Amino acid sequence: MVPTSYYIILSAALFAIGVLGVLIRRNALVVFMSVELMLNAANLVLVAFARERLSIDGQVLVFFVITVAAAEVAVGLALLVAIFRTKHTADVDEVSTLRG
Amino acid sequence: MDFVLFFITAAVALIGAIAMLVARNAVHSALFLLLNFAAIAVLFLLLQSPFLFAIQLTVYAGAIMVLFLFVVMLLGAERVEDTPDRIAWQRPLAVALGVALVAVAVAGVLRGVWEAPPGGEAAAAFGDPAHLGALLLTNYLLPFQVTGIILLIAVVGVAVLNQRGRAAPAARRAPTGE
Repeated sequence: MVPTSYYIILSAALFAIGVLGVLIRRNALVVFMSVELMLNAANLVLVAFARERLSIDGQVLVFFVITVAAAEVAVGLALLVAIFRTKHTADVDEVSTLRG
Repeated sequence: MDFVLFFITAAVALIGAIAMLVARNAVHSALFLLLNFAAIAVLFLLLQSPFLFAIQLTVYAGAIMVLFLFVVMLLGAERVEDTPDRIAWQRPLAVALGVALVAVAVAGVLRGVWEAPPGGEAAAAFGDPAHLGALLLTNYLLPFQVTGIILLIAVVGVAVLNQRGRAAPAARRAPTGE
């Protein structure tokens, strides 16, 4: 059985890559993908701890996280399409003002 | 055997994530993220959660990534970063902060006391999808129903955000400076 600490280190690395994606990339869609990566890293560590404690509640929590992530992706992508329609760009630096 | 599988899958997950980060084309990023999601699904299986393995593949790798690819191609936003970066000086700072984040997390893990995960009969029965489903409809019934409402609101929100009804022509008539 692989120790839980291995999973946590892997999850930390994936989370940091997601943070880097949000900080470095300018394509709004790739920034959004990085957010999904961070959510997945958190899910992984939740499942790892559920295994560590033999408590299935962690898996239930991951189920809810995935559901909310699905809703979040739908709304987020709809927002991006709406922004693209008015600004004609998906570069996050171009939409730094709140004006429409 | 477990260790071999873990290290191979972890390597695939990390490679997928890093490739997503550095790929210039957003479509390539989406496909590398798909690889990462698949690797994480396999890790879920290693952690005795077959239900989440299936959910991860169908919802994340299936539905969400198809949505991403669809929007990237619909908008034609594959290469919006060909223009020069106006805040390029922030890039090394971001990398340094990311490395610091990993260092802090690893330090936290190393300071913890880790016992071997429990085995035996309880471990063998752990992760049964039937148990998880029963839990969703008993202890977690209210959150389960709330997620249904959240999904409904998301669907309505998407429809409202992208409607081309009365509001859209008025917005188009307004001076936008373009």
